[in-house]
Amino acid sequence: MTFPFVKPALIAALVLGLTACTDAGRFGKGGSGDDAAALNATGIDQNALDPANDPNSPAYFQQKVGDRVLFAVDQSSVSVDGRVTLDGQANWLTQNPSYSAIIEGHADEQGTREYNLALGARRANAVQEYLISRGVAGNRLRTVTYGKERPLEVCSEEACYAKNRRAVTVLSAGLGS
Amino acid sequence: MKQVIKSMLAALALTVGAMPVLAQDGPLRIEITEGVIEPLPVAVPNFIAENDAAADLARQMADVIAADLTGTGLFREISEDAFISRITSFDSPVAYADWKAINAQALVTGAVSVSGDGRVTVKFRLFDVFAETDLGEGLQLAGSTNSWRRLAHKVADQVYSRITGEGGYFDSRVVFVSEDGPKNARLKRLAVMDYDGANLQYLTDSSTIVLAPRFSPTGDRVLYTSYATGFPKVHVLDVGTVQTRILDDQPGTMTFAPRFAPNGQTVVFSLEQGGNTDIYSLNPGSTATRLTSSPSIETAPSYSPDGSQIVFESDRSGAPQLYIMPATGGEPRRISFGEGRYGTPVWSPRGDLIAFTKQSQGRFHIGVMRTDGSEERLLTASFLDEGPTWAPNGRVIMFTRVGSGAGGQPALYSVDISGRNLRRVTTPSPGSDPAWSPLLP
Repeated sequence: MTFPFVKPALIAALVLGLTACTDAGRFGKGGSGDDAAALNATGIDQNALDPANDPNSPAYFQQKVGDRVLFAVDQSSVSVDGRVTLDGQANWLTQNPSYSAIIEGHADEQGTREYNLALGARRANAVQEYLISRGVAGNRLRTVTYGKERPLEVCSEEACYAKNRRAVTVLSAGLGS
Repeated sequence: MKQVIKSMLAALALTVGAMPVLAQDGPLRIEITEGVIEPLPVAVPNFIAENDAAADLARQMADVIAADLTGTGLFREISEDAFISRITSFDSPVAYADWKAINAQALVTGAVSVSGDGRVTVKFRLFDVFAETDLGEGLQLAGSTNSWRRLAHKVADQVYSRITGEGGYFDSRVVFVSEDGPKNARLKRLAVMDYDGANLQYLTDSSTIVLAPRFSPTGDRVLYTSYATGFPKVHVLDVGTVQTRILDDQPGTMTFAPRFAPNGQTVVFSLEQGGNTDIYSLNPGSTATRLTSSPSIETAPSYSPDGSQIVFESDRSGAPQLYIMPATGGEPRRISFGEGRYGTPVWSPRGDLIAFTKQSQGRFHIGVMRTDGSEERLLTASFLDEGPTWAPNGRVIMFTRVGSGAGGQPALYSVDISGRNLRRVTTPSPGSDPAWSPLLP
């Protein structure tokens, strides 16, 4: 099995990319008032209390940082896009040390049940190893595989399979074992 | 025996001979030879009710026996409307001419009585109509009233066995996963039923994901994978008491794909740690022994019937393929070399064949091959077929078939090892991951 090796220069580039990306995400929606309810007749900004606006909230982690990475068919190595997301996750976990996480590995339905359990475990582990390589303590992370038991999308086409081949980092309060 | 199986793979055919026979081999015989299959016409008149309490059972048992026989695809039942002769007494001579006239090659007669304390007794005889003789001796079986279906299955097993020369499989059970809900929020629970879908009983609730149950060699326990702890772990369930316990709980590991050794004590399974899945075995009161040590995925282990070898699935070559290794571990030899991905190998109870799932060009197949990998034969093809399990006689395979898309439901199917007689097994809700029990005692 091979785990992703990332050159330092590439990481630097990716981290920069991530910053830009996250900024765009953060201000592109609620803050700039593209939401119909955001700008009322008085011209005063009014936002619903969205927990995702709090950078230290799990909702922010889930929606703004991105809680999942996707995998190619039969692959468990983290893609370039995936590393950007995982760098964000690692930064967030570093800044929010009171959280631990369970990484759920999933497969699409194109495979036998048992092989897909093993494949999902491989994917979850690839994410765990990457996060550890980015400075997250291993004892804050656990992995679980769901194989093809919990697809996100139910169509039997590549458009759905691509979203189902995923590893999702699920936060929990408190330190893991 | 190997030759018989070899030709069985080629095709099924009927040969109704009239030669004198030795021992239990009768002249009326379904032989496995090359040729076209023509189901053997059999008459199963309603059994004689020897007392009033047996009236319903006498009819129902004959129906179950006829359904067992015709369900194999090897027999065709002759409708009662065609009967010239009626069986009015179990011991009266058979009017062979009347049964010949409607081309009933085999005739099953029986009588049922129910005693005051609720015991059912069934007697039966099997006749070779054209040879005008009994095929084997008459037999009497008894059991409690609520075991009447089992008694009927045992009669059908005798009939099947006497005509085919092979072991029966009707008096057996199937444990499987009963499913409800949409594909992305599936509810799963273990269920057990007779091989034909009757007498269904749920063994777990659907509060947690359960997967891939497997019977012990005596059918008293079931190994399965449960997420009860939040992580997939092999559990064992006592079928009688429905008590469950976790098999082996090493922290930081996930375990799945369990299967009993033929000794009923040793369990072989996959254990995942640090992203790597290998095969381990566990003896009661001992710690797990690692059987494979490879950075690739090793899973789906299955013992040979003599317990000396294990066939399993590994992607060490880059894609999943089938391998055989000694039961104590050691250098495996690859046996699958065809195009595509091979998984879930299961050793036939007869020892001669390995059933597997094959994924090729976007389709899934259930197939069989000899234990050296030769004579691969695909029995089915669909969007998703997987997880074969053997009938106790090694003649029939049951598996999961899943439809595509949001509405695609899993269902249990069975197929002959010749690839004939593909049938859906009736379950009250969608079902997956069947595992056949041994023949019940």
